[in-house]
Amino acid sequence: MAVIFYLSSVIALLAAAMAISRRNAFHALLYVVVSLLAVAVIFFSIGAAFAGALEIIVYAGAIIVLFIFVVMMLNLGPKTTGRADGFLTPSMWFGPALLALTLLVELSLILVRDAGVGTAATAIGPKEVALSLFGPYAIGVELASFLLLAALVGAARLGSGTRLTGGDR
Amino acid sequence: MTAGIPLEHGLLIAAGLFVIGLIGVLVRRSLLFQLLSIEIMLNAAGMAFVIAGARWGEADGQVLFIFILVMAAAEVAVGLALLLRLSNRFRDLNGDSMSSMRG
Amino acid sequence: MDGFWCSLPLWLIPALPAAGFVVLALIGGQLPRRWSAVIGAGSVGLSAAVSLCAAACYLSHPPDGGVRIERLWTWIHVGNFDIGFSLALDALSLVMIFVVSFVGFLIHLYSTEYMADDEAFSRFFAYMNLFVALMLMLVLADNLFLLYLGWEGVGLCSYLLIGFWYSDPANGAAARKAFIVTRIGDTAMAIALLLLYKHAGTLDIQEAMAWAADNWAVGSGMAVVVALLLLGGAVGKSAQLPLQVWLPDAMAGPTPVSALIHAATMVTAGVYLIARTHVVFMLAPPAMTVVAVIGAATLLLAGCSALVQTDIKRVLAYSTISQIGYMFLGLGVGAWSAAVFHLMTHAFFKALLFLGAGAVIISLHHEQDISKMGGLRKRLPVVFWTFLIGSASLAALPLVTAGFYSKDLILWCSWSTQYGSPWLWAAGAAGAFLTALYSFRLVFIVFFGDEKGQVEHRPGTRILVPLVVLAVLSLIGGFVETPESLGHVTLFSDLTETTLATTESTITGHPTEHLLQAVVAGITLLGVFLAFFLYIKRPAIPAAISTSPLGSRVCRFWLSGWGFDTLYDRLFVRPFAGLAQLLRGDPFDGISSTLGRAAVAGNSALSRTQDGRIRTYAFGIGLGAVIAIAIVVLT
Repeated sequence: MAVIFYLSSVIALLAAAMAISRRNAFHALLYVVVSLLAVAVIFFSIGAAFAGALEIIVYAGAIIVLFIFVVMMLNLGPKTTGRADGFLTPSMWFGPALLALTLLVELSLILVRDAGVGTAATAIGPKEVALSLFGPYAIGVELASFLLLAALVGAARLGSGTRLTGGDR
Repeated sequence: MTAGIPLEHGLLIAAGLFVIGLIGVLVRRSLLFQLLSIEIMLNAAGMAFVIAGARWGEADGQVLFIFILVMAAAEVAVGLALLLRLSNRFRDLNGDSMSSMRG
Repeated sequence: MDGFWCSLPLWLIPALPAAGFVVLALIGGQLPRRWSAVIGAGSVGLSAAVSLCAAACYLSHPPDGGVRIERLWTWIHVGNFDIGFSLALDALSLVMIFVVSFVGFLIHLYSTEYMADDEAFSRFFAYMNLFVALMLMLVLADNLFLLYLGWEGVGLCSYLLIGFWYSDPANGAAARKAFIVTRIGDTAMAIALLLLYKHAGTLDIQEAMAWAADNWAVGSGMAVVVALLLLGGAVGKSAQLPLQVWLPDAMAGPTPVSALIHAATMVTAGVYLIARTHVVFMLAPPAMTVVAVIGAATLLLAGCSALVQTDIKRVLAYSTISQIGYMFLGLGVGAWSAAVFHLMTHAFFKALLFLGAGAVIISLHHEQDISKMGGLRKRLPVVFWTFLIGSASLAALPLVTAGFYSKDLILWCSWSTQYGSPWLWAAGAAGAFLTALYSFRLVFIVFFGDEKGQVEHRPGTRILVPLVVLAVLSLIGGFVETPESLGHVTLFSDLTETTLATTESTITGHPTEHLLQAVVAGITLLGVFLAFFLYIKRPAIPAAISTSPLGSRVCRFWLSGWGFDTLYDRLFVRPFAGLAQLLRGDPFDGISSTLGRAAVAGNSALSRTQDGRIRTYAFGIGLGAVIAIAIVVLT
């Protein structure tokens, strides 16, 4: 288990790193999918099977697919992405990398300070999640539905005026 | 089924993913890639929740993970719709050129 | 008749010229020339007449304490500080008002013809009247504050009149120089007044002097300080070392101005001041020594400079500085009456010389360079004879001239009083030689020799009459005070010693006095003969001396007034100008506006972070998070 955990985590990190540094949008998306799948494996390895399943179905399967649809609609090939990101020089990475590394260091410091307990032995299945979700967290469910409705309406409105050839209403 | 994987290892990995996503937001000019990097960050946050939940052996972590998922989905929907509008307006997705709100 | 003399109030004396000023200032431009002349000269003439009446009253009915006081109104009254607008007539001020108004009237009469061609005729007379009014106020003032008013006022009029032809910037510069240099002295004097008020509690002259005599021991520090500060003021106004630099440049003004202000009256205000406050000076022997030394040094320095000048007016200017040096010498050795006596005779012959020079200048159509003048005695006979008499009086030709008696008295006192010393006498005697030399040099160059210069028009009556009157006074004016050996007339000192202290001589008996008189007379005549020899018989010699290497350097040095202008330029003017240049950007204003500029800079720096780019904002958020977490981590 531990081996799977650590292996998947390495894969997740590497895939994410590759994703953000690609020129081609499709390649980046695929790398993201790999990263998400690796994260799902991590979830499985610690006993959060339901979360892992959801990760694959919703995140990788819906959200990223949505990205792919949009990329296809916009015809974002290497040329257009290249035009926008033609300046991916190493010097551009320096500042953000520094900032991000600082953040990482800080977070690590916090985490390492209280060392100790490992994950529990039990696996949490869908049943426990559902009971919790529609029990104590029922209001959260309602709120989530509000959010989804708003997103639906918004996306529908915003997306409806778009013509693929470009031009605004 | 689970080994005693230390909590901080998991959280550290989540932090690493988060940071990678942050780098992506800061470095890439294209709006699409920035959105993508934000997704990575959200994923990392969710992962942190799940790992913490697994540590306590509770369902709360996964529940919250579901909520985060919902939020990510909503955000992506609206965000991509906006992206389409922007690409129609500006012809390319260079976030740096869309700076008329400067000053 | 006595009642009539005394019925005229004192205030008429300064008021008449003041009224003349007001009329001419307001409507002078619209009046015809004749009227301006009548008002201008007439007001001073009337003032002179009233002065004579006041003199008659004073002499026939001497008032109590020797002072006749008229308080007109209260000028300032704040707490204990009470200054009245009050006039006091005593022997000293009597002499002064006589000199100022009478010589002033003659000069005004002269100016009606001299300035006849000038456009700003009435402005000239307005300023001159104002000057006479303020000068009379100065000498009649009962308290030092009012005296200071007159003092500053005459300084202002001097500025206005030196720069009378203001369209030439050089005249303006000369006027400014005069004003600024005398200002330095005025500041010292103001400090002296403040100190005196602080200690004596009053600025009334009689009271303050009485207080000082009662409360300050001879040689006490405060007396010395006050005396030296008063001396500072006097030195500025009277153009003595070290503030003598303004007077030669002041010759840029019209000649009557030079005659009135810079020969007869304003420059003698310093002498008047010291004579007025002689009580304080007598309480400060070190200060008296300083006065005498300044007088001696100045008279020699100016005498040398006068010897090499080529502008007729500048010769006379340096001559004035030198003669006032004699007056200071007299004051410094305690010969108060002698100094005032020399003031009076000097007013006569110096005004005469200036007016004569003016006559020569306009006859040659504004030519002032003596190297372009010569042989004028045939063409301008009256001017020649009066000028000769004036020069003789200046050189103190023995027995016949007024200058002889006054200068002789001073020299005798410089030898014989307790403050005197043989060195001072020697300086005076050397000065007498130089005086004779340069004054007759001027006479011989201008009036003798080959005829040079075109006499354009001959001077008229209004120019010649004052010349003649002053010439007569320069001859007989000395007979009011003669030494013991020569008739012992003491009219003048009897009068003035009611106000001024008597001059004590440490040496009694005649032999020394006779010897010294003879020596000085001999020196004077030697000077005249040397001038005759050098400038008539062998004019090649002075020419050779002035072109030889050493001679030409010495000549240039003396010509520039011993380099004082350059010295002051290097010492004060250039550093000040440099400082002004440094501060041109107004650094203090810059300091106070730093806050504003910092705010603006901060704004422009911060607004650069608002570049409208999402990445930048995301970076900001990340940075904020990093910092916040850092705080948590580190604490």
